Amino acid sequence: MAVLETPRASHRVRVRRTPLTWLRGGGLSNLLFAVPLLFVFGAFSWWPIVQAIVMSFQKTNLVTPALFVGLDNFARVLGDPLFLTAVRNTGYFALLALFLGYPVPLVVAVLLSEVRRWKGLFSALAYLPVVVPPVVAVLLWKFFYDASPTGVFNVVLGWFGIGPQPWIQSAASAMPSLVLEATWAAAGGTIIIYLAALTSVAPELYDAAEVDGASVWQKIWHVTLPQLRGVLLITLILQIIGTSQVFLEPFLFTGGGPANSTITILQLIYNYAFQNSLGGNYGAATALSIMLAVFLAVLSFVYFRVTKAWSTN
Amino acid sequence: MKSAFRVATAGIAVVATMAALAGCTAPKPAADNQKVSISVVSLIPGSKQEAFDAFDAQVKQFEKANPNITVTPQEYEWTGPTFAAQLAGGTLADVYTIPFTDGKTLIENGQLADITSLVKALPYADKFNPKVVNAVQDSKKNFYGIPIAAYGSALHYNRALFTAAGLDPDKPPTTWDEVRADAKQIAEKTGQAGYMQMTQKNTGGWQLTTATYARGGRVETTTNGKTKVTLDNAGTKDALQFLHDVRWVDNAAGSNFLFDWGSINQAFGAGQIGMYTSGSDIYTNLVQSQNLDPKDYGMTVIPMKGKNAGTLGGGTIATVNIKATAAQKAAAVKWIDFYYMKKLTNKSAAVLDAKTLDASAQPVGVPVLPVFDKKTLDTSRAWIKPYFNVPIDQMAGFSNGILSQVPVGEPSAHTQELYGALDTVVQAVLTDKNADIDALLKSATANVQAIVDAG
Repeated sequence: MAVLETPRASHRVRVRRTPLTWLRGGGLSNLLFAVPLLFVFGAFSWWPIVQAIVMSFQKTNLVTPALFVGLDNFARVLGDPLFLTAVRNTGYFALLALFLGYPVPLVVAVLLSEVRRWKGLFSALAYLPVVVPPVVAVLLWKFFYDASPTGVFNVVLGWFGIGPQPWIQSAASAMPSLVLEATWAAAGGTIIIYLAALTSVAPELYDAAEVDGASVWQKIWHVTLPQLRGVLLITLILQIIGTSQVFLEPFLFTGGGPANSTITILQLIYNYAFQNSLGGNYGAATALSIMLAVFLAVLSFVYFRVTKAWSTN
Repeated sequence: MKSAFRVATAGIAVVATMAALAGCTAPKPAADNQKVSISVVSLIPGSKQEAFDAFDAQVKQFEKANPNITVTPQEYEWTGPTFAAQLAGGTLADVYTIPFTDGKTLIENGQLADITSLVKALPYADKFNPKVVNAVQDSKKNFYGIPIAAYGSALHYNRALFTAAGLDPDKPPTTWDEVRADAKQIAEKTGQAGYMQMTQKNTGGWQLTTATYARGGRVETTTNGKTKVTLDNAGTKDALQFLHDVRWVDNAAGSNFLFDWGSINQAFGAGQIGMYTSGSDIYTNLVQSQNLDPKDYGMTVIPMKGKNAGTLGGGTIATVNIKATAAQKAAAVKWIDFYYMKKLTNKSAAVLDAKTLDASAQPVGVPVLPVFDKKTLDTSRAWIKPYFNVPIDQMAGFSNGILSQVPVGEPSAHTQELYGALDTVVQAVLTDKNADIDALLKSATANVQAIVDAG
């Protein structure tokens, strides 16, 4: 044992750092290089997170001194009748986006990958909505969604003998309308990711499938999708996280209406903080933000644990 | 890992030190003759260039009279959410305006600057209408702002749509039944919304409260300091039933049911709405920002129905940023006196203001309610009568009727939350044909009462 311990002890002596060795080893210059990064992350990312956690236990209007109120803010949020409505609406948005928004980019990417001519043009057209500023896109779609018979979509429907639809002016159709626009606006980014992933699929696999007499659909099902498995799993969790934080569409299109039918968790957070001009309930807003962040962190952790085997095998 | 921890610790120490150093910069008090800069709110974003020119001209007049003060105008539109963010973020101008609704609570919360000594030095400090000045004072009668304008509720109507629908624009409706009949006729003849109300960002509740008062209802009652929320009163039910019938029976409410103050003004300015209710002070916005042709504008009083019917009144307060230095506070009150108040109390100032606005083709002579008393108001309006350039005759229905209506203040307890809860009810009635008005109001009453009871 003694024989074994001696070299370990000497090793420990060699690597032990004192301020002097740290300085001689270039520690100071390393620190100086890291300071801007630490400052930026500290000031704009970590510090606000710490502040938000502290604020979730406070009653404050950000002008007069804050008061610690324990878990009151969390109780207030959980007791708010709108909380369940917001959770339900957010889940509904996520579900609709999953059925509509998730497969669309994949289908478009697969189709685009099969295109032989004008591929660049089609890719650019598919990506175009992403470069339109989101607020401009929403204003544009507000014209499309005009519920009067002269609204763009209603005129188009009229060509097929279908009467004017209320779109965002009805509790029943407001949320699907928001998902439709959100899908249009975001699909381009995901299409590009899928197109990039598709280039990594070995052509030999398609050749082998063709030799085996596979049809186009069989090639997609048995070659393309399994090869994209890793990317698909990542985009799925990103979509779930993204849709759980949906804010822009309900805020700009409907303000959470009609009659709270599109109020989402982030819109509720916004309302807690800013709806009341007299100084919002920043404590409740941060409490709900923390709850959402913890939920998404746990969800992501579980998701990656569950899908680890699928993405590696 | 230890190394990383040390680096992180050192980084945080650096950040903390920098933050501490930044915090060491304290404002120094200014001497009387020292140069002072203040920022003041000007016009709402999107106003016409002529309006900004007129404002800039007034800034120059002020700076000429007060050479040690520099004024920086800042575009501003009061909305609940943006105001809350600006207040919390400390980005409000040194002089800004708020509605009467918020005065009391902001004073109680310690969010407004105490400008008592500065206001009391003004010659008209003890001449304010007691009901109006109450909005800017605490229980010790200290001043936290200056009331600069008071308004009543009004029914605004588009004369062009009235004419197109075969109605006489000089005979606006005087009862709610007439409002409904005219709205139906406008919708049938022009295809536009005959009547609509605001529904979003707490304005739906604000206007439903207006409609409730007009039918004799009240949304809150306070006895021995205890507030009872009474959203399920007969007046509110009647107002919602009216809205339901306009929308679902007459199909006269158009197809857009998500409006706030700005967007309904925009729709009205674009000729998409025949009638709507709002404060009596919106003419300037409609002309400056919404390109409304003045000859198309008409304003009358809101019809009163039943016992205890009243008109919801309100107004605007000019306040000083709580973060302003003593010198800035003094300069700020001077600006408020110059820009908002002198034209109400001093003939030469009133004429200069009217001349400046008229030269830039900005509205002069829009009917207002008295901040002091009716006699002072009439006198100040007589001074500038030669410069009136707004279609006063088209507002005669309001001017002749408003002072005979009973003014009722806004609900005092948790006003914004109450309005927000009513937004949902108004939207439900307009978008769901089978909306259960009683159930909606019962639920909203319980929710708001819980907020009021929680304090």
